[in-house]
Amino acid sequence: MIIRISDDALARALGADAIAAAFAKKGHEVQRTSSWGMHWLEPLVEVDGKGFGPATLADVDAILDGSSAKAIGVIADHPFIAGQERLTFRRAGRTRPTSLEDYEATGGWAGLRRARQIGSEAIVEEVLQSGLRGRGGAGFPAGIKWRTVMQAVAPQKYIVCNADEGDSGTFADRMLMEGDPYALIEGLAIAGEAVGANQGYIYCRSEYPDAIAKLNEALRLCRDIIAPFRCEVRMGAGAYVCGEETSLLNSLEGRRGEVRAKPPLPALEGLFGRPTVVNNVLTLAAVPHILSEGGAAAYDGLGMGRSKGTMPIQLAGNIKHGGLYEAAFGITLDDLINTIGGGTESGRPVKAVQVGGPLGAYLHPDQFDIRFDYEEYTKADALIGHGGITVFDDTADMGAMARFAMEFCAAESCGKCTPCRIGSTRGVELIDRIRAGGRQRDRLELTPQMHNARKDGGRGQDQEIALLTDLCETMKFGSLCALGGFTPYPVMSALQHWPEDFTGPPEQPAARVLDTSNA
Amino acid sequence: MGSKEQKIGEIIADHKTQEGAMLPILHDIQAEFGCVDADSELIVAEALNLSRAEVHGVVSFYHDFHPTADNRPVVQICRAESCKARGVESLMAQAQALAGDRVKLSTVYCLGLCSAGPNARVGDTLHARLDAAGLAQVIENAR
Ligand SMILES: Cc1cc2nc3c(=O)[nH]c(=O)nc-3n(C[C@H](O)[C@H](O)[C@H](O)COP(=O)(O)O)c2cc1C
Ligand code: SF4
Ligand code: FES
Repeated sequence: MIIRISDDALARALGADAIAAAFAKKGHEVQRTSSWGMHWLEPLVEVDGKGFGPATLADVDAILDGSSAKAIGVIADHPFIAGQERLTFRRAGRTRPTSLEDYEATGGWAGLRRARQIGSEAIVEEVLQSGLRGRGGAGFPAGIKWRTVMQAVAPQKYIVCNADEGDSGTFADRMLMEGDPYALIEGLAIAGEAVGANQGYIYCRSEYPDAIAKLNEALRLCRDIIAPFRCEVRMGAGAYVCGEETSLLNSLEGRRGEVRAKPPLPALEGLFGRPTVVNNVLTLAAVPHILSEGGAAAYDGLGMGRSKGTMPIQLAGNIKHGGLYEAAFGITLDDLINTIGGGTESGRPVKAVQVGGPLGAYLHPDQFDIRFDYEEYTKADALIGHGGITVFDDTADMGAMARFAMEFCAAESCGKCTPCRIGSTRGVELIDRIRAGGRQRDRLELTPQMHNARKDGGRGQDQEIALLTDLCETMKFGSLCALGGFTPYPVMSALQHWPEDFTGPPEQPAARVLDTSNA
Repeated sequence: MGSKEQKIGEIIADHKTQEGAMLPILHDIQAEFGCVDADSELIVAEALNLSRAEVHGVVSFYHDFHPTADNRPVVQICRAESCKARGVESLMAQAQALAGDRVKLSTVYCLGLCSAGPNARVGDTLHARLDAAGLAQVIENAR
């Protein structure tokens, strides 16, 4: 019998290797494939198209004799899979990640072949026509970026793939790199063909050892196919801010990952001062499909408004059916969380949802009719970002989550600008003081020598909240990049929707009220 | 020092032809010696024709590089949003007690397994869907 088990990092973290070995030991052929993306069922064992999961070593015999209670039926017909519109992830679960044979048999390299025939201008035209926007967070049209680099005149140009995926609640880049590395490499090669670049770099975070290994193997095996284009994987070093494109370029050059002021745009003066395309993994991996015959028009035909095509959405946190869900833009949060995701894993009510990673706003269940669309989210002061959705149940303490947003910003700030470098630390202190009921004057302030220090009873909760609001405004408008500039969104949205998590339950305010007796 | 200098020299030679070789070099030094200390910074600075301050600036910027070696086994525990939503914080006190002085617990922000937390990493091995007992086992087995 042929047994198929994913070698995705998530399946491996749950014991897939040992299960694969157990089947092999019983004399069966085991194929290691990519993951279907139904994470609650991992490790998922596939026999003749039928699935069994989440499997443990104890299930091996029952799976083989067909008596296992973990049977889920035909995997491809599972509602979670059948309901999706998989383009970028069309090979997920179906192919062996680094098998060139599987890649070619499923339409691999067709986009690159066609790109080489139609040439630079036509490639850029098709990417423009597809409406593809950057999947890394900002949603900038990929075709416009490519055109800028194409038109720049320089002896050397670069394609840089941003695989730093630092946002909590996201894993689509990782799954793509581990599960379908050739699709990403083909995307890079097509971008190179479009803009006239012969060197690519994939900057992958060091937290993804499996992805790095798979990419290196894939690059070794397809070297001649992509030539004269060359590509190399570079490993990050644990800095979240290196996902910001200019910080990433500094890091690639071997410098501190400080954010650069723009202009100059990386498209004109990027890596080593040369014109550079910087695109997210998912942006580049969508390109082979777009460049296949008729692909651009098909992509443009999906989605809503100016958000075209599909988005690989990542369902994470406290959710029953977590995993990868690729859908056309326009799907509502309610559908994603309650219908597809099945609500919380704990079975408790949903309290909050963070969309778009650590810099995204916390959304309240009242807002769940919002549709997945860049512009709709912007209107709601929220962020699609990289498409990660983190669900929290009613035990979550949103005051603590707001504090964590500031703490994270302080830990990861590149230090270039004041509102972010200093404001984030002051933000942590402010939230602590709000949660403690306010701030009293300290002994030093009360000494007569401190003429200018006020000798009143300190600041009450309301005044501290006003200060936090003011600080957030300063960070929002005074920061150079989105780390400092967007950290206010999770903080302020938490404060707006769940003020009781900052100020204490209304029925017992006395416990937290400021004690001014010694002032 | 002699053999260290030689080893770092070899590492640098391995990366000589790469553009922007600094990070790959520092990663190899960190892997070899468990740290990138002041001596190493000096050797790298000389080889790449930079000041030591510049190299130190790079080393100190990144969480992956450490100024001194710590020989204890390291268990990285994800404490980012999705793992918090799945209860990692309630495991920390017990984990800390179990780790004691023998195991170093370090915080990482996201391992990309966010639908299946709490998650941990030891070397290049990942562990997902950890409960108190599971995390205890990871810490006890850490070598
Ligand atoms: C703090 C910060 C972190 C970021 N992290 C990432 C990341 O991990 N991956 C990514 O693709 N883009 C990230 N971005 C967005 C990039 O700056 C950039 O917009 C993106 O790489 C462009 O590619 P795209 O147009 O294909 O999205 C981040 C931005 C900021 C401000
Ligand atoms: S906002 Fe923060 S991370 Fe961004 S440039 Fe300023 S200091 Fe650096
Ligand atoms: S948040 Fe813990 S693995 Fe992503």
